[in-house]
Amino acid sequence: MKEYKISLPICENDIDTLQAGDYVYLTGTVYTARDAAHLRMYEAAGRGEDLPFDIKGSVIYYLGPSPAREGQVIGSAGPTTSGRMDKYTPTLLDMGLKAMIGKGRRSPEVIESMKKNGAVYFAAVGGAGALLSKCIKSAEVIAYDDLGTEAIRKLYVEDLPVITVIDREGNNLYDSV
Amino acid sequence: MRELDAKEITDNIKEMCIEANLTLSEDMRDAIDKAERDETSPLGKRVLGQLQENLKVAKEDRIPICQDTGMAVVFIEIGQDVHINGNLEEAINEGVRLGYTEGYLRKSVVRHPLDRVNTGDNTPAIIHYSIVPGEEVKITIAPKGFGSENMSKVCMLKPADGVEGVKKAVIEAVAAAGPNACPPLVVGVGIGGTFEKCALLAKKALTRSFDKRPSDKMIKDLEDELLEKINKSGLGPAGLGGSVTALKVNIETYPTHIAGLPVAINMCCHVNRHVTRSI
Ligand code: SF4
Repeated sequence: MKEYKISLPICENDIDTLQAGDYVYLTGTVYTARDAAHLRMYEAAGRGEDLPFDIKGSVIYYLGPSPAREGQVIGSAGPTTSGRMDKYTPTLLDMGLKAMIGKGRRSPEVIESMKKNGAVYFAAVGGAGALLSKCIKSAEVIAYDDLGTEAIRKLYVEDLPVITVIDREGNNLYDSV
Repeated sequence: MRELDAKEITDNIKEMCIEANLTLSEDMRDAIDKAERDETSPLGKRVLGQLQENLKVAKEDRIPICQDTGMAVVFIEIGQDVHINGNLEEAINEGVRLGYTEGYLRKSVVRHPLDRVNTGDNTPAIIHYSIVPGEEVKITIAPKGFGSENMSKVCMLKPADGVEGVKKAVIEAVAAAGPNACPPLVVGVGIGGTFEKCALLAKKALTRSFDKRPSDKMIKDLEDELLEKINKSGLGPAGLGGSVTALKVNIETYPTHIAGLPVAINMCCHVNRHVTRSI
């Protein structure tokens, strides 16, 4: 198990270096999106419209946070199950999405698309949302405000701890356990 | 006949929703501590260390343990000598509404399974009523996250499948859940009854304290055997490999039909939340 600190946007070199099983601390901008936001982005892409953020080279965190108390940047902020986004993910990868943070298995179609497009899949620890929220230094809703927790948020994270589960070659840590 | 104001139920439910999402019961915390000591994989140990740390942060900073603060499952046992003044169902939902809005909990409920518009206050709750002797009202709030709920299952086995069939169903459900249900898991199993009864038993099993063991020796041994088998699977914390895949298997049983052996597996993550109060 190797350990890396990576700044975002993630560069090609880092994507090539990372292997399934590597422990990584991420610093930089990530966008939150889960079920409802994915559906909207997918439909927007289908109509040839722009997405709410520049997806090229971006990182999506599958997250729907709990509300922030006064004085806090965000509420609890751990990953949701990634597999529910599988239907939409290959389209986003084709558009330039480079990394995803979530938890749980991905479909063969997503893994194929990750290999084709050169992307990585990280897992954050599910159910550690209070602790993970401490790595989030700013949060701002940038689209789909009406979706509440499912709105798209732009987050700045510092040393967010994640584990590389699927690397760009398609090696899958979940399969090896 | 004891008179009880529905407002008292609302106030208690509000507090219980918040409490359940900020702290786990002592048996759950002990089980996570023990898991951290026992885990053999370094990565698994690290994950469990994060879970311990997470519980500390949640309590100190009043941030929910998990962002999925769940759908509020309410078990309410009403003594038959109690009269409740007011609309009970509304009182329960009002408690959930206040708890989730004032407690900074996530609103995760949609008004219709197909049109999927968020209700904005996490209502309605899932309410299970029972009428019992006495003058007490006993309420258990068990907010349930859906990462693990989605990996739950009902299997209508044949009587000929017997206990081996039950074991197979549980082991297969855990394998299918894999990393999605946020292991280490608590596995609630309901055996017997009907299709819906076994599901309810499985849900109820999740709320049983770990130190309360079944009086039926066969079931107690089955809990232990299943836990051992699940932990031999190697799935480990967060599904990243290791020796602790489940913290506990809790089984509840009920009489059933001569033709059936229903088994339900209600998967729960390590954020197995439940708070009980008697009023
Ligand atoms: S399965 Fe449990 S720990 Fe995992 S995200 Fe859902 S509620 Fe949280």
